[in-house]
Amino acid sequence: MTMNRRKFLKLTAVTTIATAGGISALELFKDSKLEAQGILPLEVKPLTAKRWAMVVDIRKFTKEDNYKKIIEACHLTHNVPDIGNPKDEIKWIWTDTFEHAFPGQEHKYMPEDFKKMPFLLLCNHCDNPPCVRVCPTKATFKRKDGIVMMDMHRCIGCRFCMAACPFGARSFNWRDPRPFIKELNMKFPTRTKGVVEKCNFCEERLAEGKMPVCVEASKGGLIFGDLEDPNSDVRKVLSSHYTIRRKSELGTGPGVYYII
Amino acid sequence: MKIYDGGKILIGIIIFLLVATSPFSYNMGKASVKPEPKLDTPEIQKMEKKQCVEPKEFMKAEHMTLLNDWRDSVVREGNNVYIGLGGEVYNMSLQGTCMKCHSNKKKFCDECHKYVAVKPYCWDCHIPPKEN
Amino acid sequence: MLEKALTGSRRYWVWIFFLLAITGIGFIYYLKQFSYGLGITGMGRDVSWGLYIGQFTFLVGVAASGVMVVLPYYLHNYKVFGKITILGEFLAIPAVIMCLLFILVDLGQPMRFMNIFLYPTPNSVLFWDAVVLNVYLLLNILIGWTVLGAEKKGIAPPKWIKPFIYISIIWAPSIHTVTAFIYAGLPGRHFWLTAIMAARFLASAFASGPALLIILAMFIRRFTKFDPGKEAFQTLGKIVTYFMITNVFFFGLEIFTAFYSQIPGHIHPFQYLYAGIEGKGRLVPLMWTSAILAVFSLILLVNPVTRKNERTLSMASAAVFISLWLEKGFGLIVGGFIPNPFEEITEYWPTIPETWITAGVWAIGFLILTILYKVAVSIREEEIA
Repeated sequence: MTMNRRKFLKLTAVTTIATAGGISALELFKDSKLEAQGILPLEVKPLTAKRWAMVVDIRKFTKEDNYKKIIEACHLTHNVPDIGNPKDEIKWIWTDTFEHAFPGQEHKYMPEDFKKMPFLLLCNHCDNPPCVRVCPTKATFKRKDGIVMMDMHRCIGCRFCMAACPFGARSFNWRDPRPFIKELNMKFPTRTKGVVEKCNFCEERLAEGKMPVCVEASKGGLIFGDLEDPNSDVRKVLSSHYTIRRKSELGTGPGVYYII
Repeated sequence: MKIYDGGKILIGIIIFLLVATSPFSYNMGKASVKPEPKLDTPEIQKMEKKQCVEPKEFMKAEHMTLLNDWRDSVVREGNNVYIGLGGEVYNMSLQGTCMKCHSNKKKFCDECHKYVAVKPYCWDCHIPPKEN
Repeated sequence: MLEKALTGSRRYWVWIFFLLAITGIGFIYYLKQFSYGLGITGMGRDVSWGLYIGQFTFLVGVAASGVMVVLPYYLHNYKVFGKITILGEFLAIPAVIMCLLFILVDLGQPMRFMNIFLYPTPNSVLFWDAVVLNVYLLLNILIGWTVLGAEKKGIAPPKWIKPFIYISIIWAPSIHTVTAFIYAGLPGRHFWLTAIMAARFLASAFASGPALLIILAMFIRRFTKFDPGKEAFQTLGKIVTYFMITNVFFFGLEIFTAFYSQIPGHIHPFQYLYAGIEGKGRLVPLMWTSAILAVFSLILLVNPVTRKNERTLSMASAAVFISLWLEKGFGLIVGGFIPNPFEEITEYWPTIPETWITAGVWAIGFLILTILYKVAVSIREEEIA
């Protein structure tokens, strides 16, 4: 039951072209004589980068409310369930206090309002991700553009990655999540019980040429771009502001920066 | 000729036969109707040339392999463009491409899968189109 | 040889059916877990490994400890262990099987367990653990069966088995080292991030395994004609003593590093386990029971009078076993997750289904152990008769 050889070669050829050097396959076929009769509109141009990264500009958010829209947008887009108890909780993006987000950095004499200020937390898409290192099936892996991905089809649910992640960014489906999704987004899958999930930097939207949904909803509070491109928005922000990263002493190389 | 422990052996043989033939007895009288996948969805009716991403015969025999290849290509290699035989460009997506045409999952997918007693786990996660 | 397990006293069959009943209940609860998901357990977002992985870790130690009788007998020709060696080898088999079962019941997608071998990932310690455990299982089945088969025929074991025995001697510490590496290489889990984790694992394994062997062998001596010999018990007792001392010493090293350095991340898990934090201290009674039993066992073991007395030796062995079972099979794993990465305390306690599934796996282990020991003992009894 294998595909015939010609098809297989054709498929891999396209794949190789598309992934090598970040040239989009679409652009490639746009110029050729191949006529597009398919479903995908040709004007779609995926967003690509050598290393995706995000900057959270804390100054733009002072109240929990500022974050609410972002969290809702993400969880709605990705069919993240609201199970309603902390034990089984699943979250891709959420908030916590400075003390919890940056343990050890807090001190007694910090401004009171700062102590209570919510910090937006999500998967850091590390340069050197421990979750990828420990996964026994390569179900979680790092893409060339720095996005740490989950292959839900391959995950066996051993939760080694959850023990390895120092940021608590991973959630396990302790039970069937579907009954707890209020509004299904028909364009994105749900998950099944027994697999681990987390933020994917909206790779499915980047492929369609759109920015991550949280960035869109943040109205400038979240800056997203290519860390290797000196002219990118993230680089501009990083070179002009003092930023910190969560637990950078552990050497995982988080890709999410915070302007305090 | 005398068989030692004849009774016990006989009971053993009967139990063995019952167990060995249990798949047949279990399915007795449960034969499903021969499936006839239908193409009468609005989306397919609209098409001038009723053509899937690959020829019908190939899809019939190899759709599961093709879906697995699509899955790995999209998830693991970040490539979601598929080029058909005539150069048609497709977005590799079960929910977005396959089911857009084949919106009659119950008739198109389930009937056949039930008939051959396979249970693909696609729908544990992927959301099937709404049907009546 | 297996036919020996098909005949036995009334007591033997009552025991077998008792274990089958526990297995059955465990299996019913497992079906429930299979359909509902792992949410049926006490594990959650913060404490994402619990009783199952704790038991797995502890039992890898029991499996590895077989080497404590195999090594003196085969490498040093230590004749005293001539009779008990087979019990050590046969203890390793159900121990490894239990390990594999505990991993299996802990998986969220158990039907996909073969993915570990279909997509081999050398950078994952769990992949290596699956490899070394399976090889160790095969080695022990091969060696135990071959040696016992030869004995049944009254001949010396074939020469070709020798290399496998030597490999198994090296393999035993490796399985527990690899298991320690699962924990000892994770950034941000301060409790586990210690270079002596593998050393601690081996010390506790070589104390708890032989302690269990003493209890099992005493049990067999009491109910059958098979006697491993008084001296074998005494040597095992000394092994338990030295490794229990080493284990407590290693634990002291951890305490020193944590509390003298005063690094909060290193102190917190100890504080949580032995004193509780913010009024949360569900594991405190367990951990102190473990500590008191450890001290109690050492008093009996270090003192030559009580070590030489088989009654007190068996008590000390039971104390060692229970102490390490609580410490390693529970506290060590759960403690690694508390506090969580946000320095918050989320407590864990196993649920009823989780406990029954655990009991079911233990019952399967004891069932296999009983059958193997029955075969070994019957063959020995025939020799005596």
